Amino acid sequence: MKTLSRHTALPRRSFLQLGAAGFVATALPLQAVGDAADADAAIREIFGDKPLNEGRVSVKLPPIAENGNSVAITVAAESLMSPDDYVRRIAIISPRNPIAEVAVFKLGPRAGKAEISTRIRMAGTQRIRAVAELSDGTLWHGSASTVVTLAACLIG
Amino acid sequence: MATIRIAAPDTASAGEVIELKVLIQHPMETGYRSGPDGKRIERDIIEKFEVTYDGETVFEADLQPGIAANPIFTFYTRATTSGPIVFKWTDQDGESWSETHDLTVE
Repeated sequence: MKTLSRHTALPRRSFLQLGAAGFVATALPLQAVGDAADADAAIREIFGDKPLNEGRVSVKLPPIAENGNSVAITVAAESLMSPDDYVRRIAIISPRNPIAEVAVFKLGPRAGKAEISTRIRMAGTQRIRAVAELSDGTLWHGSASTVVTLAACLIG
Repeated sequence: MATIRIAAPDTASAGEVIELKVLIQHPMETGYRSGPDGKRIERDIIEKFEVTYDGETVFEADLQPGIAANPIFTFYTRATTSGPIVFKWTDQDGESWSETHDLTVE
């Protein structure tokens, strides 16, 4: 009898845990948030349907941002920035913001250095992506994540 | 009207890569927020930022509401000849603001 009651207790506990998880999921605010597919679509829309190579692009973000309304970001691409080998464009993409595209920067051989810093809005904790298009047409990808304690868009 | 702040060197040697840091005062209203009356606040953003150096475009940016209020950008350009660096911001309604910084190349 003892062993039987222990067996029945286990599924009951896991059932309760499931219920708790479901409650947390429904308690999340219903906001206009994007997902990973939106980010991929935005990249295709900006650069066309070309393969993304990992590397050569670095994204610098703080590990934790208290306020998602203004988060400092630096994006850099490795390039000689010479007349025949330079970065043509750099895009900042947010998988979770209502609009995945944050900004697209057009550079050129005269930039001297393919590095841009700005401040962006983040609608919650996410991995921000950056894509650089080089003068030979290849695409390079990098990313970094930030934990956002107070998301943009949700507050008035 | 809009406050513009520019941090750039006044002089540079030819071929030197210089840092340009610019800020413009603008709400970059996303169009997703509600005001105190519960009504949605209309979107109002700067969509374009362009930089020309001695008449040639050296930097451009297409902006979305994901750029924070009072957009600030730090970027680089290679000093070539003495000339004006012109920074120009254009909002969604076509209104624009610009500022010129003169660079002397020795």
